[in-house]
Amino acid sequence: MNVMDPSSLWLLIVSTAVVTAVIKALGPVVLGGRQLPAAVTKVLVLLPAVVLAALVATSALADGPVLQVDARTAGVAVGGVLLWQRRPLLLAVVAAAAVTAVLRVVG
Amino acid sequence: MVHAADRLSFQRGVRIGLPFSAVAFLLASSFGVLAAKAGFSPLQAVAMSALVHAGAAQFAATAIVAAGGGVVAGVLAASLMNARFLAMGIALAPSLPGGATRRALQGQTVVDPSWVVANNGDGTFNRWLLFGATAPQYVGWVTGTLAGAISGDLIGDTDRFGLDAIYPTFFLALLIGELRRPGARGVALAGAVIALALVPFVPPGVPILVAASAALVGLAR
Repeated sequence: MNVMDPSSLWLLIVSTAVVTAVIKALGPVVLGGRQLPAAVTKVLVLLPAVVLAALVATSALADGPVLQVDARTAGVAVGGVLLWQRRPLLLAVVAAAAVTAVLRVVG
Repeated sequence: MVHAADRLSFQRGVRIGLPFSAVAFLLASSFGVLAAKAGFSPLQAVAMSALVHAGAAQFAATAIVAAGGGVVAGVLAASLMNARFLAMGIALAPSLPGGATRRALQGQTVVDPSWVVANNGDGTFNRWLLFGATAPQYVGWVTGTLAGAISGDLIGDTDRFGLDAIYPTFFLALLIGELRRPGARGVALAGAVIALALVPFVPPGVPILVAASAALVGLAR
């Protein structure tokens, strides 16, 4: 599969890099060192939990625009149980991949 | 000049970042394989990881290329996945010193795990911990991409090895840490439900951006 010519790929790579750098720089540069209002801080403290939950849910259950429970979902669930029991991250990740792989072979 | 306390924070960050670095290596390997299959040369795959260093954005852009999409669609998908860094950057801003250039450069060190562990939970961040945690992850990310890109033909279909389960589990590890914080569980559940409800109807990345608005309930507390 070779769907994009090398110069277009470079354009994609450099553009993605520039956009990412600008997005990451925007807050620190525009806001400067000003302290945020207390109300904003209350929202920001909750932000990681919300964004991470949305990332986990979509990456474990969505395949493109379709929602489905599949081998990957089961693997992530097993990884989640291990993490909840405070097992090491690497163990949980390897277990998640292994369970997913085995279920795919069996299913 | 780096003070002793800053150096200690940096070293602590490196130690915290090491396990994430191992996972980043695995994750980046699967990105390298995917990129090679989408027509990237090993140099292009490694360059993207070295210059972008944002997993979700790289996977999104590469998936668009693999599906036959164009440059604009690819960059747009990556931008949407990265929109969360805008919010993270705003939160981090008051904890960074220096002029515009220095602040912009410090802002580049934000990746999800580092931002989470450097968050003091009171609206401030330990920036040296952030830098320290990102350093090993960057190394893992770039070397993992190289490993995946050059061995792509040997591995073949990464889904066969369940590598697509690594990415969600990685974020789940960070989420579980956050859920131990008081008041976080309800909003996290709300964020997940909002994101899932939008998946069938809007482009990738947008559900996460909209779900982030669930954090606004913080105003009511």
